[in-house]
Amino acid sequence: MIRMVVPLLIFLGLIWLLVVSLPTAEQRRQVASPLIGREVPNFTLPCLLDSDVTYSTAELRGQPFILNVWGSWCPSCVTEHPYITRLGEEANVPMIGLNWRDERDDALAWIERFGDAWTMHMVDVEGMAAIELGVYGAPETFLVDHRGVIRHKHIGPVDANSYDDLMNRIRQMREDAGS
Amino acid sequence: MIAEFGQISLILALILAALLATVPLWGAYRNNQAMMNLAPSLVVGHFVFLLAAFVSLATLFVRHDFTVVNVAINSNLLLPWYYRLVATWGSHEGSLLMWMLILGSWMLAVALLSRRVLPNYFMARVLAVMGMISVGFLLFTILTSNPFDRILPGPADGQDLNPLLQDWAMIIHPPMLYMGYVGMSVAFAFAIAGLLSGRMQRDWVRWSRPWTLGAWAFLSAGIMLGSWWAYYELGWGGWWFWDPVENASFIPWLIATALIHAQAVTEKRGAFPAWTILLSIAAFSTVLLGTFIVRSGVLTSVHAFAVDPERGVFILSYMVLVTGAALALYAVRAPRVMTGQGFGYVSRESTLLVNNVFMTVAAGMVILGTLYPLLIDLMGWGQISVGPPYFSVMFILMMIPIVALMPLGPFTRWGQDDIKRVVSPLTVSFIAAIVAGTAIAALLGALNVRAISGWIGGLWLILGALTFLWHQKKAARRLRLTGGQTGMILAHAGVGVFVIGVAMVESMTYERTVRFAPGDTREVAGYNWHLEEIASVKGKNWIAEEGRFVVYRGDREITRLNPQQRLYHRGQQVMTQVALRPGFTRDLYIAMGEPLSDGTGAWSIRIQIHPFVRWIWFGAFMVTLGALTAASDKRYWKPYRATDESPAGSEGAQPA
Amino acid sequence: MTPTRKKRLTIVGAVILSVGAATAVALTALQDNLTFFVSPSDVYAQTMPDDRHLRLGGLVAEGSVSRDPQSMEVSFSVTDGAHTIPVTFIGLLPTLFREGQGVIAHGRLDNGVFHAREVLARHDETYMPNEVARALDAAGTPHQVSMPGTETKSSYNY
Repeated sequence: MIRMVVPLLIFLGLIWLLVVSLPTAEQRRQVASPLIGREVPNFTLPCLLDSDVTYSTAELRGQPFILNVWGSWCPSCVTEHPYITRLGEEANVPMIGLNWRDERDDALAWIERFGDAWTMHMVDVEGMAAIELGVYGAPETFLVDHRGVIRHKHIGPVDANSYDDLMNRIRQMREDAGS
Repeated sequence: MIAEFGQISLILALILAALLATVPLWGAYRNNQAMMNLAPSLVVGHFVFLLAAFVSLATLFVRHDFTVVNVAINSNLLLPWYYRLVATWGSHEGSLLMWMLILGSWMLAVALLSRRVLPNYFMARVLAVMGMISVGFLLFTILTSNPFDRILPGPADGQDLNPLLQDWAMIIHPPMLYMGYVGMSVAFAFAIAGLLSGRMQRDWVRWSRPWTLGAWAFLSAGIMLGSWWAYYELGWGGWWFWDPVENASFIPWLIATALIHAQAVTEKRGAFPAWTILLSIAAFSTVLLGTFIVRSGVLTSVHAFAVDPERGVFILSYMVLVTGAALALYAVRAPRVMTGQGFGYVSRESTLLVNNVFMTVAAGMVILGTLYPLLIDLMGWGQISVGPPYFSVMFILMMIPIVALMPLGPFTRWGQDDIKRVVSPLTVSFIAAIVAGTAIAALLGALNVRAISGWIGGLWLILGALTFLWHQKKAARRLRLTGGQTGMILAHAGVGVFVIGVAMVESMTYERTVRFAPGDTREVAGYNWHLEEIASVKGKNWIAEEGRFVVYRGDREITRLNPQQRLYHRGQQVMTQVALRPGFTRDLYIAMGEPLSDGTGAWSIRIQIHPFVRWIWFGAFMVTLGALTAASDKRYWKPYRATDESPAGSEGAQPA
Repeated sequence: MTPTRKKRLTIVGAVILSVGAATAVALTALQDNLTFFVSPSDVYAQTMPDDRHLRLGGLVAEGSVSRDPQSMEVSFSVTDGAHTIPVTFIGLLPTLFREGQGVIAHGRLDNGVFHAREVLARHDETYMPNEVARALDAAGTPHQVSMPGTETKSSYNY
């Protein structure tokens, strides 16, 4: 009774299509920002700790740096915080914390509670800088090289795997900057 | 502690489900009554623990326990308690938990309501198959999507539930939809139990019918609510978008529609039994396919963040196991399925066959359109999406023969009938539908092909259903309809109402974007729209700019409409809140656009008139009601007697 | 061949024939309704037939947005740096439509002008509803990444 097997065959064909399509879903997720390979947008923002001080991305030209988007409202930021702290200690490059769409008091209380992992703080209350950066959500981590070009963007919390990947990329950027 | 309690409940439910999936099945195989009788108790325990887990999560939400990741991500301190409750099933993890609770409820319902209807061995098999399904989902939840995951220390406040979901329709839409989805597993379990029972009899189809009808009713209601919600909440005024997520719910609906009609044939005449089994398997399998589409992210790449390939792999493996095993069993056992009586070209069987062919093909077309972008992407032919026109064209094409033939079905006799005898009682309805349909469309100024054919088709269905009612009355002197007949009349007339609504909305919707400054009065679509002022208003967790509109017809005030542009505090998200005035023949629908930068305080405002849009949902509601009425037909609930055309002897001499 | 068998064959034949016909129609309809995703450079590089449905993606060119106060028709340009395409649109712009920001327009090309039926902004909640919100309601909200707002979840593939 071959015809009884036909439904099974059709089903297996469908499954095949879905199986081979799954990796492309992953790729689509990875193809993140059109800004990769382009210069980091120039913006000037107040410091979180002292609102009279402002920083701008242009000041950082000439050395690689890390930009980490976070908010006190973001649970995943808590999850990734130990890795961000370690990144700040081991990467040996400036590390900007871009506090996104947050209340200053909340953000300060958060740093008080979980620790300050960043060497430089920026506040983006309106979220305009984040829009220019093409930020999807927090947390996100950008790697920018010494020429001010965005080299990599990590979406989502940094974990053990992505930490190693980020460290390798940072080492590469430091070498490029040195040569 | 509550989170841990919920976690433990989940694990206990898993253990009970695993026992349920094995012990009664073994009992049915070895004809061990004690083991078979264990099934209902296991089902009760399984349900209780799932309920405990669900209540735990709901409690965590209500009590703002932000140390639980799921709570922290989906609710905050400002969210009112009822939306916190909604948030319980607003997330992937929570909705899975609800899915399982509903599966547990269906199992409980089968165990209780079909207690006297089903023979012991059959009940044991049905519940065991559903137990297997539950094991898969519980493993999925515990391994990949645990709703009770902690984050320590927790944040002081959580995030927000998506404002789009902060709506009362969201309170009942997902549960309804899941009732429908999960209910398909009952039909699936009955079919598998039937296959396992060796010699296939007609019995199992009769036992399965009320459950399939019930699940189909919930599925219809769930889809209808979703469409209604999209209409007033998304602010576009559309009622159906043919996007993958909608299609994911529509494909099982089409298959299930074919199934409930196929079941009628198999139950009454024993014809195409193998096909009915196949449809039962397909209905639940397409539910799994939909789950995969929605939760794996292969298609809605837009929803990138919930994409978790691990989940996709899990669901896919689960599908391979469930559907693969079912189809393999089918391949082995279906040849043994008994065949029914033959039938003539003009017969009830033929009309239902036509229904089945078109419904299944329509489902196939929707699957094709939904998955085609994957195929194209795979071949490297570029990134495409399939436009709604494809679905509309195909769907209308498939529905024309169904609408044309639907009223004939109930008048046709089983086995062999004569075309003249079938057609003659409907001649009047047919002519009346054409004349009245054209006249009404002309009166409404809707002289286009879609509106006219919509009115003719819709009236044809409604009058056809009424003619059937009248005919029954004439034949029996005193009108006595079975639940099945009443349900059928209601549902078929409901499709007619639906068809009219769709045809009018699709052909006659009026839309205009206009500039409004406070104090302006403009005539749009025969109404005078006056903007009194634009005010700032404040809600519990949002602030808004609100347009205060008064709508006049001539000089008579019809209604006041206050559309808003809302800003939700927490995430500072902007949302358009439309204002609408529902009506029997039309909805007035207005949405705020953006402030214009010409310094006059003017806004761009979109006004839409949706004619007969309520008929879409009212028709669907009638269909739902019809299905529930049919499910309550006494015939399905007769207690089981071992002598009923069942396998010789009884549960005792069961070949496994 | 017995009459019953003959009848069954006729029915099976009819079913196969109608399914085949439906498939043929479906594939044709499918070809006509494919919407390709293109950038302004793609539009220049290829000669697109005018009646094709397209999704045009790029950035809204600075200083290009204007609205006709009478007809409420909006015109703006979409650019990808290399090329620029003029776009016209009647209706409500998405809340987060901004110059210099990402945008997707659905519509058709006509003599080098893109007539949009629908405009979706990146970072926009009105883009979300159609595909994301429904996914959300069925699939649940994002797990890994936290949003300050749904509007951040747009996304399209470059």
